[in-house]
Amino acid sequence: MNIDFLIDNFADLSVTGLAQGAIYALVALGYTLVYGVLRLINFAHSEVFVTGTFATILTLRGIGIGPDDPVPSLLMVLLTLVLASIVAALSSGAVALLVERVAYRPLRRRNAPPLVFLISAVGASLVLMEIYALFLGRDNVRVGNLIKPRTQFTVFGADVTNRQILIVVSAVLMMVVLDSFISRTRLGRGVRAVSQNPDAAALMGVNKDRVIALTFLLGGLMAGVAAVLYDLNFGVTKFSAGFLIGLKAFTAAVLGGIGNLRGALLGGLLLGLAENWGQALLGSAWRDVIAFVFLIVVLMFRPTGILGESLGRARV
Amino acid sequence: MTGFVDRLRLADEQRAAFAAWPRRWWAGLPRPVRLGALVAFAAFLVALPILQPPVLTTTGTDFTGVLFTVGVYCLCALGLNIVVGLAGLLDLGYIGFFAVGAYSVAVFGSPQSKLATEYPWLVCIPIAIAISMVSGAILGGPTLRLRGDYLAIVTLGFGEIVRLTAVNSEVLGAAAGIPEVPRPPGERADGTRLFTIVDVTPFYWLVLALIFLVVLAGANLERSRVGRAWVAIREDEDVAQLMGVPTFRFKLWAFAMGAAVGGLSGALFASRQTFINPESFPVQTSLMFLAAVVIGGAGNKFGVVLGAVIVAYLPERLRSIDDGLLVVWYVSLVLGLATYLLLRRRGPRDGPRTYLRLGVVAGILAALPPLLLAMPEVFGSRGEIGQLRYLMFGLALIVMSVFRPQGLIPSRRRAIELEDRAKEVEPGATS
Repeated sequence: MNIDFLIDNFADLSVTGLAQGAIYALVALGYTLVYGVLRLINFAHSEVFVTGTFATILTLRGIGIGPDDPVPSLLMVLLTLVLASIVAALSSGAVALLVERVAYRPLRRRNAPPLVFLISAVGASLVLMEIYALFLGRDNVRVGNLIKPRTQFTVFGADVTNRQILIVVSAVLMMVVLDSFISRTRLGRGVRAVSQNPDAAALMGVNKDRVIALTFLLGGLMAGVAAVLYDLNFGVTKFSAGFLIGLKAFTAAVLGGIGNLRGALLGGLLLGLAENWGQALLGSAWRDVIAFVFLIVVLMFRPTGILGESLGRARV
Repeated sequence: MTGFVDRLRLADEQRAAFAAWPRRWWAGLPRPVRLGALVAFAAFLVALPILQPPVLTTTGTDFTGVLFTVGVYCLCALGLNIVVGLAGLLDLGYIGFFAVGAYSVAVFGSPQSKLATEYPWLVCIPIAIAISMVSGAILGGPTLRLRGDYLAIVTLGFGEIVRLTAVNSEVLGAAAGIPEVPRPPGERADGTRLFTIVDVTPFYWLVLALIFLVVLAGANLERSRVGRAWVAIREDEDVAQLMGVPTFRFKLWAFAMGAAVGGLSGALFASRQTFINPESFPVQTSLMFLAAVVIGGAGNKFGVVLGAVIVAYLPERLRSIDDGLLVVWYVSLVLGLATYLLLRRRGPRDGPRTYLRLGVVAGILAALPPLLLAMPEVFGSRGEIGQLRYLMFGLALIVMSVFRPQGLIPSRRRAIELEDRAKEVEPGATS
């Protein structure tokens, strides 16, 4: 126990935690969306996320920004970021759609028990992970040098860097866009209808298959953006990086209330904070254990999460 | 039009009857013949390390060692079958219990561990089983009250957390691990130890005997009140609860029983290795255990044993195979699949799309070996097959879930259940 360290660095730890939590929140959206309509966990979502991290690296390489190159000019950085986000979001979205097509849709036709869905999703996750390992290696892959962290301002003695601002702002922006898409558009209404009552929605003329595919796609797009931010924040990725991120994002989703979009944001940020505070207390070796213990505790005391489970209730 | 449909249905029934012949043939044999065949088969299994049969032996690696590993996989598959196949709960962190069992033996029995007293092997094994059972109950307690998919992700995390805890704890030997794990007692006629590092054969026989015991115990459990409660929970938890089955308690039981068998296998593994470290327990192994259960046939003891043999033995055998035999393997695999597809009983919702999908799978299978051969820089020598196994069995998990969720040797009851559900597809599902 290192309480002094926690108190001395409280503000710094919190800022770092918020930046990481924002990434967890974006990934958590994928779990929450799919859970909302299918009542199933998408086990392959962690690999959908990893797709994005590799797509980002390959895009940067394509432009010619390697890990050891100097940081490019500001305009170039912005253009690259936008391009990388689009490529990563699209590739993650495409992989998410593929997973739905191969591992979920055929089973829905057979009305398979949930256990079989979980097994085929686990299989999909394993296959994707191994494909990345075969083609991109089993070692850490370094990300191109894009943003040099520079302190912009200080809050309560904590340095806030440009990178952290970028991460939190883009994550919140994506959440707001998604939230208004679900609550305001026609397609979003379809998603809410299916999550409220799939059979009734189908009888009312909602194309259930299309709505389910849409939620996978939306989750994939969000995971793709999260992947870009992850690459910026950590600087390395790996074929198996999805495992822990997936577990943490799922914890975030459960903490906020699975199926609840705003809950995912809240859960992600809280988990990011808790993880960094806990790490300061217990030592960084226990960092990944903290999230897991957190998950168990949440399931014990408040399994419906802080904001409750609702994608489809009257208001999201 | 109806005439055509009727003809189709009749043809289908004939095919189904034809496909069921192995079971009928076996059941039709006189009892002594069946018993004799079983005894002969058992004797063959016991004699395997001595016989070292030419086609079966692995040339690259020690055959008896492979046999022992296969045995450990069989034990794990049997334990996991209680959880997945009987109670219908998805446990993705089985390696966690395996590791708990292994570490228990090491901590309590090794003279190198931080513990002051050093217990003999025969005491360590019950301790290991008890500790893994308790860890199963602790993990299951908060999660089993909730939905099944929460359990899946919590157990997945558990598998990794056990490993991380071992890496970070001094008591568990940290990253360096624990050496000098005790071995089972026993002496040969000449007074030397029976269980040594050099000779794996006694370990293989030990694991064989334990598999036999676990199969027997499992068969009795299945037919008992507990087993019936598990199946009821698997088929419909709400209905089971309404009928007065205390579902939470029985789910916890299934989970703890599964954990206990996992701990036992881990303990055996540790005694054979005599040295364990966190590296011995990668997370993916849990998924290999799951693949064994799913491929073989969840709910059927013999099915999961077959699955374990496929998952643990085939990659080892393929690692050291020569080209001619590989072609034979591949051709027989393709022929076997083709036969299966022809004899396959049509599901109630099978249509042209099903056959399109089957075609895609067959295409991928046919394209795979040339593809692998065409990329030597990625796949190098055949020694890399060990790395490909996760990909292969991941694919197998998807393919089995889509086309044959009941597994190769299905539990008849579970197969009927799956077929029944397929008839009740909800509205709005377009075919």
